[in-house]
Formats: sequence, structure tokens, C-alpha cells
Amino acid sequence: MADELLNIDDLSVRLGDREVLGSINISIPNGALLAVLGPNGSGKSTLLKTLLGLVPADGGRITLRGRPIRDAGPGQIGYVPQIKSLDRTFPARAVELVASAHGGRWPGRLSAETRSAALEALGRVGAAHLADRSIGVLSGGELQRVYLARSVARRPALILLDEPETGVDAAGSADLHDLVDRCREDNGSAVILVTHDWEAAMHHATHVLLLRNRQVAFGTPAEAFTEETVRAAFGHVGHAHAMFSFHGSTHG
Amino acid sequence: MADLLSYPFMQRALVGGILVGAMASYLGVFVVQRRLSFLGAGLSHAAFGGIALGLLLRFEPLTVAVPFTLVVALAINWVRRHTRLAGDTAVGVFFAVAVALGLVFLSLRQQISTDAFAYLFGSILAVSNTDIGVALAMSAVVLSTLPVLWGRWAYASFDPESARADQLPVDRDDYLLFAFLAVTIVISVKVVGIVLMAAFLVIPAAAARLIAPTFVAMTWISVAIGVLTAVGGLFVSYLADVPSGATIVLVQAAVFFAAMFTRGRNG
Repeated sequence: MADELLNIDDLSVRLGDREVLGSINISIPNGALLAVLGPNGSGKSTLLKTLLGLVPADGGRITLRGRPIRDAGPGQIGYVPQIKSLDRTFPARAVELVASAHGGRWPGRLSAETRSAALEALGRVGAAHLADRSIGVLSGGELQRVYLARSVARRPALILLDEPETGVDAAGSADLHDLVDRCREDNGSAVILVTHDWEAAMHHATHVLLLRNRQVAFGTPAEAFTEETVRAAFGHVGHAHAMFSFHGSTHG
Repeated sequence: MADLLSYPFMQRALVGGILVGAMASYLGVFVVQRRLSFLGAGLSHAAFGGIALGLLLRFEPLTVAVPFTLVVALAINWVRRHTRLAGDTAVGVFFAVAVALGLVFLSLRQQISTDAFAYLFGSILAVSNTDIGVALAMSAVVLSTLPVLWGRWAYASFDPESARADQLPVDRDDYLLFAFLAVTIVISVKVVGIVLMAAFLVIPAAAARLIAPTFVAMTWISVAIGVLTAVGGLFVSYLADVPSGATIVLVQAAVFFAAMFTRGRNG
């Protein structure tokens, strides 16, 4: 497929003696939003970390635009980490965090050009007014916007979001998903969203990957979310009943 | 006051104080922001083991203490990276072992206890031309690497995962930071003393953190506090005839509390 962006072929990852990911085979095009869902410990974060090069793959192959992902260069992948994992006591302004996207190091004195580029990126996510605020006083949602601005500043081919709903209220989370959609439309970036938010996956994702250390299902939301696959991934259907109704499924 | 500066020992103490004050407070911003304050205590006590070994072997203590402390620093970093132990636990183990070794070494030659006292509490009389030479060399290394390492250490201090994702050599840089800390601590011991060296790393950076809105400002303010309090503390130490390390730390503490009560209470 000419517009394929990311291909993962038979990926497996081991941490110590334990295989935490196995038999992952997916492919997504430019502009796609892949929602990755699964219970805690199912390998969602490990998948992100493998894509980022933080955890080595044990087997398989990952390519971005046809080249091994580790050769893609840091500017090709944007990353929005979990807000709770960040050091909010670090003395920094939002504009510096965005500027750190360039050059792969923390900025000292910001040149007019660097500041202008950072402000432009903040403006694209509706956060220009946060530029000179300390990151310590930003809400979780505001800090995610700043991180998203940092990611899109490099106009990456792929943006990875790690559980953006964690530490953010429902309104902030919904705003972020809308912003991510806009970034996909503006830049053509594909997005991989690790989430526990079924609603967000249903409404925003073009593709869904269900994980339970192995690939349980992959496809469009309608293809991936069936009672059978959800039960296989989570061990129960639970809140997903409403979702099957949404899809017009007869299950439930 | 001008008379004081005519004494060669005071000149050496001032140059040494300024150099180690600048280096310790510069590296201290990373120590504070990474919550590694206990590392300063651990490495300065590791230096005690190395200095005691140097005194026992009748070598210039610095020549033994620098490699000794360097090995301990790198070992602490290795243990915290490659085992399930937390960083403070790794420091605690090596801290105790180094002090135990130092005490054993000192007990083997009792006549060296007077020298050891100077190392424990700092003495402006103890700063030699060799110490100044080593401090100058280390300052040159720190200064020459600052344009590259400051931005990488700062980035990894804030968000090590993103720094790794951006393909920065975070692990190698951490070893370099620990190595720089080890050498700086050893060469600061003559001025500050082993017992209070950790404060020398932590207090200027902590005071700067209370005042500074950005990390670059925190770094400059910390260095300014480190240098000015070293100079002020040395003069007070001479005039009051009290140990230099303790005096500098008390001057630093005055600056820290002033910062806390003027700017720091709202976080």
C-alpha cells in the first residue's frame, strides 16, 4: 500500500524471562489514529516504548515509511507521555518545553527564532496564552496541550500518546482528542493512542488494536470491538455492552 | 581586608573556594532537581575512604581519593541502573563501606589523625598549589563540556524517557555526571570538609530553585550563590578563626532562608 506509514511484522518483546508482547502484526496509513486498548499489564506501554526505541524488540520488524523505525530520526516521532510521570517541580516555562523539541536538549537562552517557532506550535493547539507560564502551575490538560505542541512542532510522521486521560478531567481529555484530530488533519500525522477510554477509541480511532500480551484483534473499531474479542482481551465485557449497541451489534 | 589577600594561603583558599563553589553549585542544580541530595553525602564519605587510604600509603591524598571516589560513584550508578535497588539504597551501602574502610585505614596509622581532621571539617590552611592545579583542571573540563552537557543533563533531569526517545545518550551522560560529581567533591574537601560537602552541593541549588523561574536562571543563580558564599564564608572563617567549611555552609544557609522567606513559600 502506497500510503502505509507504520508496519509492524510479527513483533515480540521479552522483559527478562517473560514475553510481554508477541505476534503483533499491524499496518496503519498516514493520518490514521490507532487506539491501543487492553487490561493493565497487557503490553500497551511496552508497545509504545518499543516504538520509541526505549525497549528492544526480541523479534520481528518495525518500519516507518518503509525504513527501520530506529533509523527514522527523533523528529519523525512525537511523544506525549503520561502527565503523572513528569517532574512538575522542574523550573521551566511552557515555551521552553516546546522549544526543547528542537536540537534534542533543554534550551538555554531562547533565540527570537526559536521562541517564535515555539509560539507558533503552541498557537496550533490553542495554548499560546500558556507560553510564559511555569509548567508547575499548569493543569494536567494544559500540560498535555503543551506537550502536544512540542510534538507537532517537529511535524512528525507519527505521534504517540500514552494514556492521555490519566490525571486529566473529562473535559480536558475530550479537548485533547479534538486537538489530536485537528493535528492529524493539518499535518497528516498518524497517531497511536494508548488508552483505557473506550468512548474516545470509538469516536476518534480509525483503527483499534486489542492487546493481551498478544494481538487479540486489529482493524476498524467495528471490526476490532466484538463481544468475543473484548472478552478475550479483558476476560469480561463489562462497560463495553453500550459500545456494542452503538455499533449496532446484536450482542448484549 | 586587603592585608588578608596578601597571604599566599588565603589567596589559595580564595581561588580554591571560588572554583569549587562554582563547580559544586553548578553540578548541584542537577543533584537537587534529580533528588540525588543523598548522593552528595555518600560521595563525600567515599572520598573519606580514599583520603584515608592516601594518608595510610603516604601518597598525596587527592591522588588516591579521586580514583577511589570515581570508582564508588560509577559503582553507585551501575547498581541503581542494573539492580532492583533504589538509588538511595545503593548510596547507603557504598557510603557505609567507604566510611568503614576509612576508619580502618586511619586506625592503622594513628599519627595521621590530625591531617584527617582537616579533611573532615575543611581548613583554608590546607589548600595547596596542587589542589588549586587540580581544581583549575577540573573547572576547565566542566566549563568546556557545559555547552553540550548542560542542555542534555537538564532535559534528562526533567523527562528522561523523552530524552531517551530523542536518542540522547542518557545513560552515558548519567555516568559522566556522577564522575564529575565525584571529582568535584574530592577536590572540594580541603575547603569544605567531608562532613559538610553535601550541603555545598545542595544548598546553593536549593536556594536558587526557590527564586528561579527557569532552569537556566536556576543554574546561574546557584553558581552566583556558590561563589559569593564561598568567598564570604572564607573571610568570616579567617576572621572568626572557625572551620572554613562550616562557615561557608552557614552563610549559604542564611541565603537559603532569605530566599525561602522572600520568594519560596508559594512554591
